[in-house]
Amino acid sequence: MANTNFEKYKSDGSLPGNLLEWVDARFPATAMWKGHLSEYYAPKNFNFWYFFGSLALLVLVIQIVTGIFLVMHYKPDASLNAAGIPVAFASVEYIMRDVPWGWLVRYMHSTGASAFFIVVYLHMFRGLLYGSYRQPRELIWVFGVLIFLCLMAEAFFGYLLPWGQMSFWGAQVIVNLFGAIPLIGEPLSIWVRGDFVIGDATLNRFFSFHVIAIPLVLIGLIAAHILALHEVGSNNPDGVEIKKKKDENGIPLDGIPFHPYYTVKDIVGVVVFLMVFSLVVFFAPEGGGYFLEYNNFFPADPLKTPPHIAPVWYFTPYYSVLRAMVWNFFGLDAKFWGVVGMGASVVVFAFLPWLDRSPVKSIRYRGPIFKSFLTAFVICFFILGYLGTQAPSYWGEKVSQVCTVIYFAFFLLMPWYSKIDKYKPEPERVTWK
Amino acid sequence: MKTMRSLKTLFAALLLAPTLAFAAGAALHLDKAPDVSGDKAALQNGAKLFVNYCLNCHGASALRYNKLLDLGLTEQQIKDNLMFTTDKIGEQMKVAIRPEDAKKWFGAAPPDLSLIARARASADGSGADWLYTYLRSFYRDDKRPTGWNNVVFANVGMPHILYELQGEQVLGPDHKLTLAVPGQLSPAEYDTQIRDLVGFLVWMGEPTSGLRKQLGVAVLLFLGVLFVLAYLLKKEYWKDIH
Repeated sequence: MANTNFEKYKSDGSLPGNLLEWVDARFPATAMWKGHLSEYYAPKNFNFWYFFGSLALLVLVIQIVTGIFLVMHYKPDASLNAAGIPVAFASVEYIMRDVPWGWLVRYMHSTGASAFFIVVYLHMFRGLLYGSYRQPRELIWVFGVLIFLCLMAEAFFGYLLPWGQMSFWGAQVIVNLFGAIPLIGEPLSIWVRGDFVIGDATLNRFFSFHVIAIPLVLIGLIAAHILALHEVGSNNPDGVEIKKKKDENGIPLDGIPFHPYYTVKDIVGVVVFLMVFSLVVFFAPEGGGYFLEYNNFFPADPLKTPPHIAPVWYFTPYYSVLRAMVWNFFGLDAKFWGVVGMGASVVVFAFLPWLDRSPVKSIRYRGPIFKSFLTAFVICFFILGYLGTQAPSYWGEKVSQVCTVIYFAFFLLMPWYSKIDKYKPEPERVTWK
Repeated sequence: MKTMRSLKTLFAALLLAPTLAFAAGAALHLDKAPDVSGDKAALQNGAKLFVNYCLNCHGASALRYNKLLDLGLTEQQIKDNLMFTTDKIGEQMKVAIRPEDAKKWFGAAPPDLSLIARARASADGSGADWLYTYLRSFYRDDKRPTGWNNVVFANVGMPHILYELQGEQVLGPDHKLTLAVPGQLSPAEYDTQIRDLVGFLVWMGEPTSGLRKQLGVAVLLFLGVLFVLAYLLKKEYWKDIH
């Protein structure tokens, strides 16, 4: 849909007109503006769930801009200062207290991390609801899963930097997981840490990954995600292709130009998002201990293991899957299967386009079986997330095992249940108002 | 239909399961710390108690003396009454004791208290609640090297520094604390002093929190106005879409 064969701009003789003509002869400015915004036709029936793509982009910008300012004052240094506090930990408090507006920048960044996962989870759920991953949008979805993986890596590396107790021990637990891989496990985890324990070498390389490597990959993938989207056009809550019904000019009958219609609509979404975001940043920056864990206000201490190490909330569903695996199989340790399960619980999303055999895309026209499986999946996702924040317990383990089975059943049984399900006929055109 | 019903039962069971699983965890009972965040006199008193009793062993390396100006003190008042370890008002509150000595005497170096009120928060209560209960829960225990133990922090390394004020408590067989030897203050007066000290520790954890909340109100008001404008703009554009 992103047609780039637009005519070059012809100047009306004015100075700005001449300038644009000069640029257009050398760079596809007009073509990009039209192809991606003013003549990119999006379905007119987007609902609430369609705000979260643009919001994810907004949070990315917030994270990059606040990150740039944090790096100006943060010091990735695990050595102790004169007061016996690790330099990295003290530099965060320096930002919070002595850098003008540093507290605001830091809280925006720490809240932004959680906000990023909230909007991305809602964005992904939209895809599940309306079958946005289905043909011809498989690559958009695959790029999206890769973005999600990068986001997890970015969050993981970033979480070590404040060098608090949870930063340290969380990283220790996760890097130790590599040790569960047969043969290469131990040397691999030492290679990742650059030391036998999480230390200064680890802090410095995680800093490097957090501020350079992962953001570069992330931005590239986001560009690919959007280019692929604009190539095939957006899906919509009815899951029907608007390109099938076009007017005499080749414009989809149910399409409206992204700009100005969705730009002005997304501005409303942005303002509402910023209100919620500000409520957290200004009135509850710790997010009840979920956005900033209380234990992380203690500086990292390699000699003092906290009684309960919980990852940040956005990782807890996968952490529960990890802990649910308690059996040794094929002579390999349960821990190894936990790592496999945890990895699979994220990567399995990428296969959705090929697992779904339903003749319709949208939940609106799907039958009761898919709806039940999706509901069960979402409930299990929440339960796993909750259990991941809690200390291990007998019943917690049993429940997380049941939920893990349902979690994977949603994906792995899909080729079967999506086929036999009853479905309603899709409409010819999008339904609207 | 039957599968639907059994699925519904399953969902209900799944939703209830975590509450059953964790109802058994015994929570630490913490007393609610009174909020003195708006009471400058109380916070100044807390600062005085902190400098006189805590700063001998515990540092507050993230707090500079001149930050106390925010509590309504003058530079001269701070210099005359609160600064014992330095003469530079921009210096951080460094500890008087040497860390290696402290480690030898107490088994562990006393932690820096800059962020203690934030770090001690948990599902049991706020950091302030923890500190408020902890500082009122010391009791005599001859089995400990210092002669003191604590209900909230079992086998704590710190002796009861404020025992002159509170007196000596003992732990009864019913796990209740009783005052065996009265101190200089009545229990009510002691609680007030601890309230002020905890208030100061909370303030110290994030001295900008007052400004943060004030600014938050302004930002939300601005966003409220912006929302109305953005909504009207959207309505205006979208009226042509049929």
